[in-house]
Amino acid sequence: MSLGPILTLARKSLFNRRFTALLTVLAIALSVTLFIGVDKIRNGAREGFDRTISGTDLIVGARSGSINLLLYSVFRIGNATNNVSWESYERWAAHENVAWTIPISLGDSHRGYRVMGTTQAYFDHYLYGDKKPLELSQGKRFEDVFDAVLGADVARELGYELEREISVAHGIGATSFANHDDKPFTVVGILKKTGTPVDRTIHVSLKGIEAIHIGWESGTASPLARMVTADQVRDMPLKPKAITAFLVGLESRIAVLRLQRDINEYREEPLLAIIPGVALSQLWSVVGIAETALTAIAGFVVFTGLLGMLTTIMTSLNERRREMAILRSLGARPWHIFALLLSEGALLALIGSMVGVVLVYGGLAVAGPIIGAQSGIFLGALAPGFYDVAVIGVIVVASVVLGCIPAFRAYRNSLADGLTIRV
Amino acid sequence: MAEDQTHPVIEITDLSFAWRSQQPVLDIERFAVQAGERLFLHGPSGSGKSTLLGVLAGVLMANRGTITVLGQDLRRLSAARRDQFRSEHIGIIFQMFNLLPYLSLVDNVTLPCRFSKHRRARLGTDSAALDQEAKRLLERLRLPEEALSRRDVTELSVGQQQRVAAARALIGSPELVIADEPTSSLDADARGSFIDLLSEECAKAKTTLLFVSHDLSLAERFGRTVDLMEINRVPLDRKVA
Repeated sequence: MSLGPILTLARKSLFNRRFTALLTVLAIALSVTLFIGVDKIRNGAREGFDRTISGTDLIVGARSGSINLLLYSVFRIGNATNNVSWESYERWAAHENVAWTIPISLGDSHRGYRVMGTTQAYFDHYLYGDKKPLELSQGKRFEDVFDAVLGADVARELGYELEREISVAHGIGATSFANHDDKPFTVVGILKKTGTPVDRTIHVSLKGIEAIHIGWESGTASPLARMVTADQVRDMPLKPKAITAFLVGLESRIAVLRLQRDINEYREEPLLAIIPGVALSQLWSVVGIAETALTAIAGFVVFTGLLGMLTTIMTSLNERRREMAILRSLGARPWHIFALLLSEGALLALIGSMVGVVLVYGGLAVAGPIIGAQSGIFLGALAPGFYDVAVIGVIVVASVVLGCIPAFRAYRNSLADGLTIRV
Repeated sequence: MAEDQTHPVIEITDLSFAWRSQQPVLDIERFAVQAGERLFLHGPSGSGKSTLLGVLAGVLMANRGTITVLGQDLRRLSAARRDQFRSEHIGIIFQMFNLLPYLSLVDNVTLPCRFSKHRRARLGTDSAALDQEAKRLLERLRLPEEALSRRDVTELSVGQQQRVAAARALIGSPELVIADEPTSSLDADARGSFIDLLSEECAKAKTTLLFVSHDLSLAERFGRTVDLMEINRVPLDRKVA
């Protein structure tokens, strides 16, 4: 007899015991969801991070840790411990090998979204993904001191349109008691969606940042702050004293290591220059330890799921001895009994792991945007791929290997029982 | 019977069977069943009935002797060939719990045809013909119309289940049907009618019937009775039940 009728019998037998089969499938499905989910989030996060910045050769900030600088300057995660003086910035921006620089000034927010002060250079030179430039979907770049350009998510989630006035809060909390509400900004442009933290950023000019902080030199509003009106501010020389960090593009990438060393050894001010790709790989090597631990745990969970399946099949063996005797009486070989039990295990594992994969992608489709909104970690493209098929394959093979145990027991039982029906 | 000297369907000479290396439980010098015969094999429990049926069906392997079924010496066949042989030529009915609970009534009846191309081929190749034959047999065995429409075989009464089992043993017309205490869980009325229907169908299909039971009162319904206690030279008290 070929395997075809055995598979049909296995399927019908499983369906007859569908409640326990369902529980087993669920256990395997959830374990596979965890296993593949860990991998998807890891790869998604990496891809998301990797595509956030491209074409920038160096990021320069106050001396701290390179991962810290990378996270706060590009990913809006964490805060700068110190600033870079405007003089230092001008000094390095004028360096002969430097093609362009983008100064950035962080520290304020609007309803939980970070406000970033920068210059026109940001729109000219900032690249993400596959060296794509930023594009406006509506309006124009900021020109006036109190103009603001919104990231796509900010506009969408807050429902803001052009001409809308927004006030900026001091600090970066979602709620702040220190507001710059005497000097509101006007939305003049909205950027196209990028899938990077840019979408969650409100961009204003450096002058705008300077303007709202007149009178705030001590960190809180002095009486002076409210006396200067927005119109008066426009006539003042709004030259920033410091910025948070700046991005550097070089004339030739060959000079990057040299320039990095020169900046790091700059005597006037303790600065730190990092190469984005290098800092990212440092970040991944740190995160890698946790990832490995998570993957190991997920692996054990999958194994536990398979053990659960093994237990279910083992406990069903005794009550199925007469089923085996009936099949034997019809001419089924002991080998068929072996195959029947093995295919039951494989079928459970196959369905379970496929359900698991579906759960992963369904879950990520729902949770991905929420993760992005809450943590600023944008998961990259998550198409089902060879890895998922491989995981399903490995789990089915593992279930077949484990399934040999009950299958062999049933095989031996059926040899010993023969046609004797034991109830 | 004398003028009807047909070939034997079962022929046993000098059979000895023992579990592992223990004392033999079966020691039969000669036992034969002729083609078309309806034989009642009588034996109380522990007399080695089930063991003998296991040997005849090719599930158990005798230690000594010749066991010829349909001209084929079973001891010369490999285990796989014996299983194949059983599926092609022998229908078996158990005492109870004959049906697979996860298959439909008709699927239970046609199950032997999944294991044997031979038995299937006798009914034509398409599955409609197979189902047709299953329904015909069930009807012949007087399975009530309402029982036929049940989806779940566990909802059938024991008597109905045994009739389904008989239909399964008969489908594809195997040469030999072995029934192991098929009526012991039925009441007296049902016993008689079950045996009559089974005999009738066996006669129609020219199938030899070997009917095994401890209940001697059934013997009158059969052409010939053999007492296992007489042909088996191992005394009852020496055997492990």
